[in-house]
Amino acid sequence: MFRILKQSLKTGVVTEAAPATDDAELERLGIELRRHVHARLGRSLAIRQVDAGSCNGCELEIHALNNPYYDLERFGLHFVASPRHADALLVTGPVSRHMETALRRTWAATPIPKLIIAAGTCACDGGEFGVSYASRGAVENVIPVDVKIPGCPPAPLELLRGLLAAIAPGAAPSADPGDHQND
Amino acid sequence: MSRRDWLPDFLARLAAEHLLARAADEALLAPALRLVLDPEDWGAAAKVAAHIGLRHAGVWADASEGAGVPASFAANLVAGVAADLDGEHDPQRIAVYACLEHLGGYLVLETAVPLERPVLPSQTPHYPGLDRLERHCHDLTGVVFQGHPDPRRWTRHQAWEEDAFPLRTDFPTAGRSGGRVPADADYPFLTVQGSGVYEIPVGPVHAGIIEPGHFRFQAMGEEVLRLEERLGYVHKGIEKIAEGRDPEGLARLAARVCGDSTVAHTWAACQAMERATACAAPPRADWLRALMAERERVANHLGDIGAICNDVGFSFAHMQCARLRELWQRRSRELFGHRLMMDAICPGGVAADLSADASALLQADHMALRAAAIPLFDVIDDHPSLNDRLITTGHLSTAQARNLGCTGSVGKASGLAFDVRRDCPYPPYDMLEVVVPQESDGDVAARVRVRMTEIQESLILMDRLIRTLPTGKIRVPLRPAPPGAVGLGLVDGWRGEIMTFVRFDTDGGIARFFPRDPSWFTWPALEQLIMGNIVPDFPVCNKSVNGSYSGEDL
Ligand code: SF4
Repeated sequence: MFRILKQSLKTGVVTEAAPATDDAELERLGIELRRHVHARLGRSLAIRQVDAGSCNGCELEIHALNNPYYDLERFGLHFVASPRHADALLVTGPVSRHMETALRRTWAATPIPKLIIAAGTCACDGGEFGVSYASRGAVENVIPVDVKIPGCPPAPLELLRGLLAAIAPGAAPSADPGDHQND
Repeated sequence: MSRRDWLPDFLARLAAEHLLARAADEALLAPALRLVLDPEDWGAAAKVAAHIGLRHAGVWADASEGAGVPASFAANLVAGVAADLDGEHDPQRIAVYACLEHLGGYLVLETAVPLERPVLPSQTPHYPGLDRLERHCHDLTGVVFQGHPDPRRWTRHQAWEEDAFPLRTDFPTAGRSGGRVPADADYPFLTVQGSGVYEIPVGPVHAGIIEPGHFRFQAMGEEVLRLEERLGYVHKGIEKIAEGRDPEGLARLAARVCGDSTVAHTWAACQAMERATACAAPPRADWLRALMAERERVANHLGDIGAICNDVGFSFAHMQCARLRELWQRRSRELFGHRLMMDAICPGGVAADLSADASALLQADHMALRAAAIPLFDVIDDHPSLNDRLITTGHLSTAQARNLGCTGSVGKASGLAFDVRRDCPYPPYDMLEVVVPQESDGDVAARVRVRMTEIQESLILMDRLIRTLPTGKIRVPLRPAPPGAVGLGLVDGWRGEIMTFVRFDTDGGIARFFPRDPSWFTWPALEQLIMGNIVPDFPVCNKSVNGSYSGEDL
């Protein structure tokens, strides 16, 4: 116990130490993000992450949003375990054909406002994998997408920026299924 | 015993069983030796190999035009004439390869089956770890492994027809049907019968930020009676879309086989292409590649150790590890251009050189990480609540690990200390002493200890790499590949041994790319080590193995 306390005290709170410009920007982005979340949803934004065929590089960086440097939850953003609890889906990867139905069902299970954020170059345009017998390519080929965050993988700050765009005023979530009907 | 001393014994035993094995040109798949077999001897040869304790490192087939073993090989086999790569290929054959390893010496078995009747005895009865590799091979190339204990499909769900094989030349990359792909709902999972037995289906979309896959538990009370995995959800057609790429394009694809192992997979692919074209990366590039591979090992082990602790509610270690990992990744971006060092390795060398002040920065980083990690690891190593949850949990015996052919932390924690860097060293590891941790407990705690030791050993290695970093070029142009040139890449990634096979076509493009991630052998280990544990311990057991979905699904 003593060793734990010692290590914790010695480490201090890394989240608030913001020496580099990157970290300053993190603060700025995060606070701006929180404003939008409140204005729009009046509460926190619950995000359900769906890997629809990623190489797992994008997942690593999404994970990093939870580390003490970015500490996403302090901005009212958090990842939830079920699409039924989610305001937004954060989808990575080209959509593999084997994940197509699972993605559609996840989309169908998500309540309005159902913001769909495509994270990573693959999710945005198919990336290195494109469209093939095994891949549908971009997420928008399968479900409607509101915001795209390119990058292979997008760094945590880029992800934050993208989340900001997702809930900025004017970004209307396309909850209308249109021709993207679920199964 | 040196790396190949077991070979004469193996050959003698093959001969005693009347199995016709012909040694073929060694240089082609170096460092592996080659042995050409008759198809009907395929299963029996595996039996002999298993009997003398050779490890199976995977099976794959080459069904595209101009595949591997030359057309006339059968005739030459009889005549005893060298038949390697004489330029004449029979497009009507599928070449099949199997890679064996013992004491750091590699041997590739080769055979060929006719396209109209691609039947081959299965090696799975002798090597249970091959189960899914053979099923994958069947789903993609159509080779029928006779005597395979499990006839169910593996990689194929519903994206293509049962009688179509994507890696055949006549299969269009775009596929034949553009329609919506239904869920793979009728996969026949095995069930356990009995009163009080119930089933828990999990996935493919999981509760956390992880890759998709399906787990089917049969449980009674809290106890897991059986776990069956169903992967293939992130199959992206990597082997097919590799065809026709130039070496740069293949390196980019290899970098995305499995994002957390991007350095190791790119290295293995580049090594295979460089061996195929008899081109060596300059020494400075080798050193920088190793530096990046060790960085990747450290970053992932930090993440795993933290995640394992988190899964049993010890968030202190999780946050500490996440903090150290973030600092590490930021430095990777600063000095190697990318937080995961993706695309930093390229055919013939590395993409960018280190800046002049990098050595000092890195050495200071290593010292800082050591200073932070050692007290943290001390806490993790003897914290009562962690011990209570991790010791004896998820036990994998040495025999089980050996049976499946596990490498990496899973193998090392169960008494198998194999490491390509030490046992079949490639530059620059041939100039370095690599200390390989070995534990015998085989539980989650042992897998954590292996990772903690490896981080410390990697720090020592990286310090040495920096001190001895050669000057000079960081990249040489890859020589044009001779038609049909083949190469084998063998690299130790943080998950274990990665084996990558590459064959060039006649125009210098890629005809066949098969990256074999170590996860092929550790996923089945998870099914075994979870038995008898409680359902709530599944996450921590799963994390302690940390198989790659993407790396296996391809
Ligand atoms: S965008 Fe890059 S990191 Fe993300 S899934 Fe695609 S290849 Fe992997």
